[in-house]
Amino acid sequence: MEFFRIHRDIPFMRHALTFNVISLVTFLLAVIFLATRGLNFGVDFRGGTVIEVAYAHPVDFNRVRAALDKLNLGEFSAQAFGRSDTALIRLPLKDESSAALSDRVMNALKADDPSVTQQRVEFVGPQVGKELYENGALALLLVSFGIVGYLALRFEWRFAVAAIIANLHDVIIILGFFAMFQWEFSLAVLAAILAVLGYSVNESVVIADRIRENFRKMRKASVTHVIDNAITSTISRTIITHGCTLLMVLSILFFGGETLHYFALALTIGICFGIYSSVLVMAPLVMWMGVSREDLVKPERKVAADKILP
Amino acid sequence: MNRYPFWKYAIIAVALIVGILYTVPNFFPEVPAVQVSSAKVKVDTAVLAQVEEALKGASVPYRGTALDPTGIKVRLPDPDTQIKARDVLQAKLGENYIVALNLLSSSPHWLASLGALPMYLGLDLRGGVHFLLQVDMKAALDKKQDSYAADVRSLLRKERIQYSGTSREGGNVVMRFRDDAERTKARVAIEKNYPDLAFRDTDAGPGELRLVASLKPEALKKVQENAVAQNIQILRNRVNELGVAEPIIQQQGAERVVVQLPGVQDTARAKDILGRTASLEIRLVNEDPGALEGALAGSVPIGNDVFTERNGQKLLVRRQVSLTGDRISDAQPGFDQRTNEPAVHINLDGPGANIFKEVTRENVGKRMAIVLVEKGKAEVITAPVIREEIGGGRVQISGRMTTREANDVALLMRAGALAAPMEIVEERTVGPSLGAENIDKGFRSVTYGFIVLALFICMYYLLMGVISTVALAVNLLLLVAILSMLQATLTLPGIAAIALTLGMAIDANVLINERIREELRWGATPHAALQAGYERAWGTILDSNITTLIAGLALLIFGSGPIRGFAVVHCLGILTSMFSAVFVSRGIVAMIYGHRKKLDRISIGQVWKPSGGTPPPAATKA
Repeated sequence: MEFFRIHRDIPFMRHALTFNVISLVTFLLAVIFLATRGLNFGVDFRGGTVIEVAYAHPVDFNRVRAALDKLNLGEFSAQAFGRSDTALIRLPLKDESSAALSDRVMNALKADDPSVTQQRVEFVGPQVGKELYENGALALLLVSFGIVGYLALRFEWRFAVAAIIANLHDVIIILGFFAMFQWEFSLAVLAAILAVLGYSVNESVVIADRIRENFRKMRKASVTHVIDNAITSTISRTIITHGCTLLMVLSILFFGGETLHYFALALTIGICFGIYSSVLVMAPLVMWMGVSREDLVKPERKVAADKILP
Repeated sequence: MNRYPFWKYAIIAVALIVGILYTVPNFFPEVPAVQVSSAKVKVDTAVLAQVEEALKGASVPYRGTALDPTGIKVRLPDPDTQIKARDVLQAKLGENYIVALNLLSSSPHWLASLGALPMYLGLDLRGGVHFLLQVDMKAALDKKQDSYAADVRSLLRKERIQYSGTSREGGNVVMRFRDDAERTKARVAIEKNYPDLAFRDTDAGPGELRLVASLKPEALKKVQENAVAQNIQILRNRVNELGVAEPIIQQQGAERVVVQLPGVQDTARAKDILGRTASLEIRLVNEDPGALEGALAGSVPIGNDVFTERNGQKLLVRRQVSLTGDRISDAQPGFDQRTNEPAVHINLDGPGANIFKEVTRENVGKRMAIVLVEKGKAEVITAPVIREEIGGGRVQISGRMTTREANDVALLMRAGALAAPMEIVEERTVGPSLGAENIDKGFRSVTYGFIVLALFICMYYLLMGVISTVALAVNLLLLVAILSMLQATLTLPGIAAIALTLGMAIDANVLINERIREELRWGATPHAALQAGYERAWGTILDSNITTLIAGLALLIFGSGPIRGFAVVHCLGILTSMFSAVFVSRGIVAMIYGHRKKLDRISIGQVWKPSGGTPPPAATKA
């Protein structure tokens, strides 16, 4: 079985402008959604209390809400969570301690329907929420710098800059999706985003590697041709690898349950856009920044490389 | 060509054997158990014998007992017997022992003795409570500064130094004098008695000279450290009462404490017990002849209580409280300067010192009991004899104490006296059924994902695909083995990371296989293609894994809780995948193809060759 029977190099770079316009538009849309709707931060970042309760029968949300209304909780919400017999109750931050709050809620629900059981309580205070938020931003920054530094060291600064632009553009697009659909942005989603960032840089690395190799081998070819060939000859690997990773991620999405739902969703989006951006955003950027054979193939290195080759 | 030296196979074999050994314990089911431990008494073989005897006496069937540094563990056949055994043991052993329900792996003993234990499951998988508590440092400092203000005032009075007033302003104690000589006298006196204070002179016009005393930075730090240490001690005492098998109580950062109680079902009770406050009382012991005997016989005199001392002795204690714990500003373990015996040094604040002086003057030769009252339950920490009148607020308790006991008593006295308020700033409670469900879901995602992935890779790359799948399975094995070996905490995001890592790890094999196909496509011989495929792909694999590792490490540094669980698995998975995808898979290839001198074809699926088109760039040898 061979999926990719490519006769000749696909002239990706000829359409570079088109690809970049597409990604610019997606990017801008994401930014607009982020600016207008903002992220729906989960309890991890915003602070507050989440209580998951299970009933012996499908949840009657009107009754749950009615029972909670009496408690004067402020702006709470009660929603279905994965299954029909499970409800997720979100409570805003209050002066009262979380312990007292969740006990009060459980007592009220028990009084209304004794079959209710508490599955999970998560409470995050405002201070901790702020710290988690700051730490998340720091982690993102550290990853970005780490990757740029490594690629600049291993390849060349143009690759590093192009790769990080391409991949941060993925991150913004994932965030854009979360803003557009108002999906809950939790710590797990942040972890997924950082994992995707590291992962889709792989893609850029593979292509950069091939570009460098091609510069050594295809001595007479133009830069465009070299890049086209590099992308074409790695495209089959790119798609198969991402397909495989996606299989795993979809398995988490379908079987991992509600807790991992948004985590898997962020990964899915990230992987899909990761293919696109590494191939069709990073490569043109490198080209436009004017990468040349001399930048990558140092004369003394070339001699060494020739000796290694059989 | 493509042969593999023996030593490389040896490494693979060792890795596999170690991997299997450490993975296996995860497959043994957990059995109910009861764990006996004690914070107060040493749990030894004598206790073990007592436990066995008690179980036999109550005819509770058990499967075995074991004594290890954490206590005694008794394996039981089913949950009902478990609860019965707990009740029997608690009744028999009394309150000095903690009898907790636990689950133990049923893996054979020799595995456990190798350190091969099942993975440590996080709270989201086994159920339990996680609290992050913040110690109110401002309150702790406030209390300390208040007590200093009172101390300084009484010192000035005692030394007959003329002052016109004292007050507390912010974190400072401000004293006002009319006379510079008096001010200097005050300064010398205070410096001698309270070395933790720093001084500053300020003058607010003629006739009002000021002396400002504030805590030195290192003393400030010590106050904060003590506050956290004391609170941890209080929490420990309380958690012990809950009977949790493997509680975790740790300091996190400068002013926070993490409390994790795995397997706790009654979360409301846990919160209640953690959140309550204790108090310390000093009361006189009733030593009237015959009174204690009478009380033990059943007729407790009015205004008296029978308490048990820590060493088990009964005491009759008067109900009237001579002194409450908030008059104790500090308690430290140390040594008696004359006899060199272990002792506890207690500092009382100004009013406390006056009361104490009076009480001791009137009761020389009698015993006083220091009682810790927690939620209506009183315990006598110690009951020393008053040898003389004690003034000045500095008390020393010594005699019949080991260094450890002195430490404990000091901690308990501080704990009762100076519990800076704590606030729950983060809480994560997971019910046990949700935990089991999470394990199940995580396990299913990994299994189904792996099966589909394996099927696809085997179909697409045929034998090479099978080899890749084997390498991936080895990766999974090693990852689980390392997680078990390190006893890293596995969380639900951690399981997701296992799935994700497998999905990403296949990248290395895809890279290699595609490279081999490419080499074949451009006309390389099968052996050369295998060689080139592995060698050229290696650099790429290394680069791409390092970038992924950077992301993983950042998560590890900045992540907390379940996210850290994700990061740990992610980072370890990257390392194991490099080993298995390159080293192991090449070993298998060498085993299958290496010995064949003439290799016509590799089973890697159809290698499609373009007819015409651009000439291959890599066809010629460089």
